[in-house]
Amino acid sequence: MIIVGELINASRKPVAAALEAGDRKAVARLAEEQVSAGADYVDVNAGLYEDREAELLCWLVKTVQSTVQAPCSLDSPSPGAIEAALAVHRGTPMINSISLEKDRWDRLLPILRGTGLQVVALCMSDDGMPETCDQRLTIAERLIQGLTGAGVPLENIYLDPLVQPVSTNTNYGIEFLEAVDRIMKNWPGVHTLCGMSNISFGLPDRRRINEAFLVMAVSRGLDGAILNPLDRRMMGGLATAEMLAGRDDFCARYLEAYRGGLLADS
Amino acid sequence: MAVKDIYQAVLRFDRKGMATLIQKELDSGTDITSLLNDGLIAALDEVGERFSRGELFIPEMLQAAQTAQEGLDVLKPLLTETNSRSAGIVVIGTVKGDLHDIGKSLVKMMLKGAGFQVVDLGVDVPLETFVQAVDENRADILALSALLTTTMPAMADAVARFRENGNPVKIMVGGAPVTDAFAEKIGADGYAGDASQAVSLARRLMAG
Repeated sequence: MIIVGELINASRKPVAAALEAGDRKAVARLAEEQVSAGADYVDVNAGLYEDREAELLCWLVKTVQSTVQAPCSLDSPSPGAIEAALAVHRGTPMINSISLEKDRWDRLLPILRGTGLQVVALCMSDDGMPETCDQRLTIAERLIQGLTGAGVPLENIYLDPLVQPVSTNTNYGIEFLEAVDRIMKNWPGVHTLCGMSNISFGLPDRRRINEAFLVMAVSRGLDGAILNPLDRRMMGGLATAEMLAGRDDFCARYLEAYRGGLLADS
Repeated sequence: MAVKDIYQAVLRFDRKGMATLIQKELDSGTDITSLLNDGLIAALDEVGERFSRGELFIPEMLQAAQTAQEGLDVLKPLLTETNSRSAGIVVIGTVKGDLHDIGKSLVKMMLKGAGFQVVDLGVDVPLETFVQAVDENRADILALSALLTTTMPAMADAVARFRENGNPVKIMVGGAPVTDAFAEKIGADGYAGDASQAVSLARRLMAG
């Protein structure tokens, strides 16, 4: 399971405050905490500051990498900001994200071509957001063809089938899960990755829903998640799900989670 | 008792029974305007308030709106100029570059439930399309949605464009990254944090 730690996002108040004050310590601490809790990538997002996004994204990358070895997930729809951040990033980051929306596709693809960059590909096109499993698969196929055609190996692609709130349509959960299942079976080697929290929009006790959905998605093959690695309930649920899905030899990570206190009732 | 039954049926989400109930009221001579205002619209207002207080949730708001719609479908052929004055005309859409539909659709649904006439332009709507639709429909209110920090500037452009032309249409904005402060900064007439607030805001804007 690839875990992308989501906390360094300018839309969160503590991060916005750190960005405005140039508070390196606060950002570094968030990076350290997430990595020691199991994050493989540290997501960095400065999208709130549209006019200074590139500059601030670079500052976040440098600050994160001054303290942890883990690569960043460069979280921006803006190719300019991503290019600037790439120039200061050590190692191989994840680009978060490309989609079939024409502008974004045309400007990001050259940046990815022939590199070892990892890339999140949103199942979204200029025709809008997919609602059904079939719509997701159609977009996924075009994304995979386009990306592999540009020399991006299947193993470096993380398809995000887009989670939509089940509060607004009874079938939004199941259509997503079916899509994960079919993507993972159709294109062995490709990854699926998503954020969970959209699923529970508009409903009470969202953490319970997010956790159950993550567990269900893992059972269908999901192998990447953008989440808060400091959320013990979520991480405990994830360790349990991976074990039950047959992805945890000798239940080693489950037992590690147990000893690390992730499974204690909170 | 009569109109109260309609009101209660909306709060019970009685989709199947609504048409029959309305018909019964009509047969017994209950005033159409009262069925509409004190029955359906008042009930949806109550639903909106309970939603704002965190007592009801989005799927329940959807059911209530669908229930009210069942009633409205029966009343519609009977509505005349005098008893069906629209609460106002709203043009709504998600701005250019932004494909998010859900929040905008919830707002549309609640506005319709509150008696507004709503023209939905969908998602990824170019500024020119808004300009044209406001003009053609003689809209009172333009409601703009954006779910991305990168598309919020399109709201500022829209406000600037309408103000520049001296267009008196009221502009309201909403969407996850949008705030009151942002609305004020770009000179919009108001911000609503959810579908229920959008209805209250639209009414305030209509009141002047």
